[in-house]
Amino acid sequence: MADANSAVTEAGEEPTRRDFLYVATGAFAAVGGAFAVWPLVDQMNPDASTRALASTEVDISNVAEGQVVTIMWRGKPIFIRHRTPAEIEESKAVTLDELPDPIARNANIDPAADAEDINRAASDSEKWLVLVGVCTHLGCVPLTNQGDFGGWFCPCHGSHYDVAGRIRRGPAPENLPVPPLEFLSDTRIRIG
Amino acid sequence: MAHESTYQPSNGFAKWMDDRLPLMRVAHDTAINFPTPKNLNYWYTFGGILTFCLAVQIVTGIILAMHYTAHVDLAFASVEKIMRDVNYGWLLRYVHSNGASMFFLAVYLHMFRGLYYGSYKAPREVLWILGVIIYLLMTATAFLGYLLPWGQMSLWGANVITALFGAIPLVGEPLQTWLVGGFAIDNATLNRFFSLHYLFPFMIAGVVFLHIWALHVPGNNNPTGVEVKDKQDTVPFHPYYTMKDAFALTIFAILFAYFVFYDPNVLGHAVNYVEANPLVTPSHIVPEWYLLPFYAILRAITFDIGPISAKLGGVIAMFAAIAILFFLPWLDTSKVKSARYRPLYKQFFWIFVGVCLVLGWLGGQPAEGGYVLAAQIFTAAYFAFFLIVMPVLGLIETPKPVPTSISDAVLAENGRSHSDGSSGGGGAPAGATAAPDRNA
Ligand code: HEM
Ligand code: FES
Repeated sequence: MADANSAVTEAGEEPTRRDFLYVATGAFAAVGGAFAVWPLVDQMNPDASTRALASTEVDISNVAEGQVVTIMWRGKPIFIRHRTPAEIEESKAVTLDELPDPIARNANIDPAADAEDINRAASDSEKWLVLVGVCTHLGCVPLTNQGDFGGWFCPCHGSHYDVAGRIRRGPAPENLPVPPLEFLSDTRIRIG
Repeated sequence: MAHESTYQPSNGFAKWMDDRLPLMRVAHDTAINFPTPKNLNYWYTFGGILTFCLAVQIVTGIILAMHYTAHVDLAFASVEKIMRDVNYGWLLRYVHSNGASMFFLAVYLHMFRGLYYGSYKAPREVLWILGVIIYLLMTATAFLGYLLPWGQMSLWGANVITALFGAIPLVGEPLQTWLVGGFAIDNATLNRFFSLHYLFPFMIAGVVFLHIWALHVPGNNNPTGVEVKDKQDTVPFHPYYTMKDAFALTIFAILFAYFVFYDPNVLGHAVNYVEANPLVTPSHIVPEWYLLPFYAILRAITFDIGPISAKLGGVIAMFAAIAILFFLPWLDTSKVKSARYRPLYKQFFWIFVGVCLVLGWLGGQPAEGGYVLAAQIFTAAYFAFFLIVMPVLGLIETPKPVPTSISDAVLAENGRSHSDGSSGGGGAPAGATAAPDRNA
């Protein structure tokens, strides 16, 4: 049926007005279909109440020096560590070539910054260390004050983190990440 | 259906119905009079057993759903309530949780059967591919269902597996968030897993329908791998195979009952009777036994491959281990179907079975030291079977002589002469029901 009404344009033939209408209608239907599908897809994303919990405020006044507390943020554990001067000194003495992951992984600073102690601690106060407590290997929660580097130890597959939450040995590829963080006052922080 | 219909409506109503919706005719031609090779052995009974397993999971599952509550605060307690308060709740739950294991046991035997007798080869490629799709849906269903009791292993197992999607470059993290519906596994995740766990078995039922349709177009393969040539090679499905299947199913049910009544938790993990706690990780995360080989492959990739990180490499290897089954019909270059007549392939087949078992064992060991190296070696062997052994063997192997027909093979086995075609005519039910598979 190679008559004038055919949608098939033969080689060298000019596309007809009808061809144009076919393509335009098809494209319009495809775009409309995509719009109709989007709500079905997007409903799977975190809902408003989950997103509303995107930030959390914590009172840190009663976290004593040397103590680590765990709180929840977005359903994940957050470690808040009040470091002793000795721990800070120890961490500062570590050179970058001792670190399997030399990048800071700190959401508050330049993503390319290196993993020196100063880039891991809270910007406003180096005694505070705030970390997402999820092992960067396969997502277990590491145990506090354990392992060969005095920071954390993940029992699942044996990852050792130091007092700045940096991976030192084991299968985890990255340092424990520092979440977005803000000091509201000396004793209150906001995470997220 | 591929064979000629022999259905005779037995009364006026049946005739009237047959002219309008020939349901009875289809049932008769598929399940009663379907011409089936007369030499099928007990490895061929797992199809029926699998259908039974699916029915058991659907019936017990729908009942469990009447008593189960998909909410993070209530799910664990509702399962305990099923175990203690609901009349026969313990039975229904143990049948469902052990039923998943029995289902996988049957499907693995069914798949290895296909691998041994070359049932994936032309003209049954589509049949095989539909089977792999069923298997994929089964693993997804079992993974989704395992979150529902909201125990420690439920939570942390799902955590490890959904974290894998985070390894995909660029889209990984948004994809992971989209899948779990939050920033961690939580109520949203539990609800959607329940919804999908309810849905998937019915999708499986749909694919099973296509699978059986695709079986009945070329007809069954059989232990000789020789296609049916004429009526002498077959017996009607009923009563020969309905009885054989029923007998095998009874034996299978005894094993099933043993687990349900005498050792209902042996296949599970005690830590899953501790309620899920997002702050405490169990010291050793392992999936259910039927997923262990793939878990071993996942963890075997501990090194970066060019731009692919170790984590992503593990994910790719794990999915590839299943995906490779889709290509099996074209990876095997041998013209002979059955391993009975392939002396080298037969040996490699058993080595491959051993490789799968060892991978399963390794999947349950901690991922450290020698276990990692062993998992890497056996992962390599797993892929080598498909990518090297299958294509190369077909080219270099000299097969044994293949019988000219199923009938000949059966008669030869029973010590009667090959040329004596007339005495074997019509049925030889002995070959169908009694002869154990001596060569296999
Ligand atoms: C392909 C078939 C199916 C498989 C392989 C399967 C597998 C599983 C598994 C492994 C569990 C966890 C068992 C435990 O440790 O407690 C589970 C739980 C559950 N399944 Fe299924 N299932 C299937 C079909 C269904 C269907 C059709 C329903 C219907 C709604 C269902 C409803 C449930 C419910 C309510 C639970 C939670 C209660 C419990 O944990 O025992 N399942 N399923
Ligand atoms: S999850 Fe922490 S070491 Fe594997």
